[in-house]
Amino acid sequence: MMTYILRRIAYSIPILIGVNIITFVLFFVVNTPDDMARMQLGAKHVSEAAINKWKEERGYDKPILWNSEAQATEKITDTIFFQNSVKLFLFDFGSSDSGRDISYDISQRMWPSLSITVPSLILGLIAYITFGLILAFFRSSYIDVTGVILCVAMMSISGLFYIIGGQYLIGKVLHLVPISGYDVGFNAIKFTILPILIGLVGGIGASTRWYRTIFLEEMGKDYVRTAKAKGLSEVIVLYKHVLSNGLIPILTGVVVILPSLFIGSLIVESFFAIPGLGSYTIDAISAQDFAIVRSMVFLGSVLYIIGLILTDISYTLVDPRVRLN
Amino acid sequence: MKSSLSWLFICSFLLLAACQQSAWNNPYPEQDSSKRIYYDSFSERPKHLDPVSSYSANEYVFLGQIYEPPLQYHFLKRPYELIPLTATELPQPIYLDGEGRVLSQDTESGKIDQVKYRISIKPGILFQPHPAFAKDASENYLYHDLTPKKLENIHALSDFKTVGTRELLAKDYVYQIKRMAHPKIHSPIAGLMGKYIVGLNELAEELHKLDLPNSNYIDLNQYELPGVKIIDDTTFEVTLKQKYPQFLYWLSMSFFAPMPWEADFFYSQAGMVEKNITLDWYPVGTGPFMLTENNPNRRMVLEQNPNFRGEAYPEKGDEGDEVLGLLEDAGKTMPFIDKAIYSLEKESIPSWNKFLQGYYDTSGIVSDSFDQAVQFNAQGDAELTDEMQEKGIRLITAITTSTYYMGFNMADDVIGGDSERAMLLRRAISIAVDYKEYISIFANGRGKPAQGPIPPGIFGALEDEAGINPYIYKWENNKAVRRDIEEARRLMVQAGYPNGREQTTGKPLVLHLDTPAAGPGAKAGFDWIRKQFSKLGINLVIRATDYNRFQEKIRKGTAQMYQWGWNADYPDPENFMFLLYGPNGKVKYQGENASNYSNAEFDKLFNQMKSMNNSPERQDIINQMVAVARKDAPWLWGFHPVGFSLHHEWYHNAKPNLMANNKLKYRRIEPGIRTDKRIEWNKPVWWPVALLFVLLVVILLPAIISYRRREKQSIL
Repeated sequence: MMTYILRRIAYSIPILIGVNIITFVLFFVVNTPDDMARMQLGAKHVSEAAINKWKEERGYDKPILWNSEAQATEKITDTIFFQNSVKLFLFDFGSSDSGRDISYDISQRMWPSLSITVPSLILGLIAYITFGLILAFFRSSYIDVTGVILCVAMMSISGLFYIIGGQYLIGKVLHLVPISGYDVGFNAIKFTILPILIGLVGGIGASTRWYRTIFLEEMGKDYVRTAKAKGLSEVIVLYKHVLSNGLIPILTGVVVILPSLFIGSLIVESFFAIPGLGSYTIDAISAQDFAIVRSMVFLGSVLYIIGLILTDISYTLVDPRVRLN
Repeated sequence: MKSSLSWLFICSFLLLAACQQSAWNNPYPEQDSSKRIYYDSFSERPKHLDPVSSYSANEYVFLGQIYEPPLQYHFLKRPYELIPLTATELPQPIYLDGEGRVLSQDTESGKIDQVKYRISIKPGILFQPHPAFAKDASENYLYHDLTPKKLENIHALSDFKTVGTRELLAKDYVYQIKRMAHPKIHSPIAGLMGKYIVGLNELAEELHKLDLPNSNYIDLNQYELPGVKIIDDTTFEVTLKQKYPQFLYWLSMSFFAPMPWEADFFYSQAGMVEKNITLDWYPVGTGPFMLTENNPNRRMVLEQNPNFRGEAYPEKGDEGDEVLGLLEDAGKTMPFIDKAIYSLEKESIPSWNKFLQGYYDTSGIVSDSFDQAVQFNAQGDAELTDEMQEKGIRLITAITTSTYYMGFNMADDVIGGDSERAMLLRRAISIAVDYKEYISIFANGRGKPAQGPIPPGIFGALEDEAGINPYIYKWENNKAVRRDIEEARRLMVQAGYPNGREQTTGKPLVLHLDTPAAGPGAKAGFDWIRKQFSKLGINLVIRATDYNRFQEKIRKGTAQMYQWGWNADYPDPENFMFLLYGPNGKVKYQGENASNYSNAEFDKLFNQMKSMNNSPERQDIINQMVAVARKDAPWLWGFHPVGFSLHHEWYHNAKPNLMANNKLKYRRIEPGIRTDKRIEWNKPVWWPVALLFVLLVVILLPAIISYRRREKQSIL
């Protein structure tokens, strides 16, 4: 298995280089170093000399991908792309274009993101599996039919509606929790209830339907029939046998998103003023802060690759028939 | 029994919760309710908090309360009036000839070689407590020799346990002016001030040659700036290369706030930038407030500076200020609040709802909530809706010192130039595009159609009939009425474009408008503009692009028409007229004249006007300049936005002042009323939650009963 993991890590290097190149090209197609300088220096009274000085200090005065005036290997190394990318692969994110240490900011902002995404994931899993089991349990009954219709309806509604509607109903009309904001320590709890609840409700439709399908598929298998023939009650069959076998696809689906939980949610963080990594990325895009954008894209890619590797490993753990070769 | 106890516990909890004297949705700690704290929000992280770099309104919200330049604007008087802040009096210009002899105040600008301003500051002003000033028993600075080891456990400014202070001196102002020339700070006004302050450009060149590989620190005390001299501990002198009365306005901005060398040195030490402890993040001032929490991802907190000397609330104001209660605090020592908490709100809807719940003391009005907040009465005046009035919310409005316009690129072959044809075409378009309608549709009526470049309230802007643009408006029944579209069509015929077609070729006239507005939200605006042009038969092509490309087109002069705006730096007509001054042309000189307008007569008048004090003679020249600009029509005079803001009844001294940045010290809060209202407006409503629970039980119960029955059934 170790060989397999090492091979997967080796495969990830060209992927990361590719992602980095795409990020570079896309960013610099939209924003030139001059635009970035103007954004940082402000709109009024900005002189060309100030722009050139700003670019020079941050290394944005070099060619982007290819330095035709340089000698030998410097044609590649003396470029914005190379100078920035090498450090990324050593996980040295450097400073943002406004001068802040990016690693420090990430270390500070991942906690608010995690305070929303981790409870959302855990509570969501519990709720969706429970609902999925209930619908599977009452299959073909009015509960199942009503549940599926509700799920389809909930899937069809935009996530933004849940956010605005949730803030309006629970925060504004019922006055049960603050509409938005964040605090540190235990004080953060009252601010996280609403985004977690909305995240949970927003995912009910799709997830419950998916889990219901998984459980229904399992319930049609021979081992379930055998269990029933042995005289086990339907609840025991469902919770002891169907659930444990149905968890295999669920688990692998969850493991892949585990590392991404650090990145947070762009929209939820923005609407609830959660100072997480999602809003960090959005702010950086708005401010044309390339140093942060490339760091966050790189971090996101690395976490996604880790997620995929973990998924593969989790297969071997939950299903003894799978071997990583 | 166990189940009954659980239910009893839950019911008791809910009952207690319902009875408690605070709201569940209160985002602030309960113990803060009775404190004199001002609550507001911000939507964007301030980019700079270094006063020599900062040039944005969202940064001045904080900097204005912390740093104290020598002058400030009178809080109540209009038109805007400069008064001393740390200065003992308003400095008077001393005019000198080429040989250094003092000239009289009425000397013509051309005969003046240099101008001196001598500024004396009040003694006894102290800086806020700060580790940069901390000293040990031997009078050595405690934190001026920081090493990596000493910085090991330092992660924020508050981790430095000892703080100190010292008296504000003239040298702190001089140090700050020298910082404009610092090669790594990028002061946005360095270029502009270099034109005026003697020796500033030369100092910048000298400093630029320095090799600064590891640190930004330069001991500026070691460098001479001939145009800025320390006279004594509390007096300094600034020498300008020419007469520039607007310099006093700059002296009220944070670019000229004092900077102690100790702070500059302290922040420049090795390892501080890596820990994000910089002057751009932790300001050091003498003002009424100091920034005690700078977490722009969540909130920014200003607290009273314990070393602040205190300042008296103005005793005189404008007519009507007393009736409005704006003089209730006359003579009382400011500031009136202990703390100001600004919370991050990126979206307008949550921010608006929290204002309505009493968790923000003030709010602007976004388009989405405009109808909920404001209605127009039969006279067309804005007033609050019944819902707002019931809550005791108050509305204040003010015409902003800004202008939004549609510019014609004067370098363009079709729409630009000084030919009669192009001038008539521009005037025809100016009549056709009805900005009053635009304001009504797209700005909820919050704007005033512009008659020229100068917004109302700024010296030089005329009101009523004398102020109308005669090429676009007529004065009828005591109001300005836009000229008939037929008149515009006649102008089109005279220009050689009957029905929007070229007279000679018969080809339809196609014009291009560049705008940074994009997305579905802008479509209605585009449709409206196209419709205005189609009144003249002109086919308008709108080229929506991102702001970077838009700026590039303006810089290169490739845009034919464009939409833009300008916010005043200071309340002087020069700050608007310079947008049309030839030598400020964008393409040739990289100036702010985006239309590249150049008219010799206008430029000559501008040179006369810019260095004059406000007087009837100056008004006369401004009138001539406005007449020239109206005739040439390099802009389609758009509108001056009207700012609407709301505040709760517990918030006092809310007179709008669009020039002052240090308004927080005047504000007063009554926390008692606020607490009562918050509780009244935010009582938790539980019954829908209980109803939902009951509904779930009702839905599930028959299924559970049916399941139980099925489980108990026997096969035979």
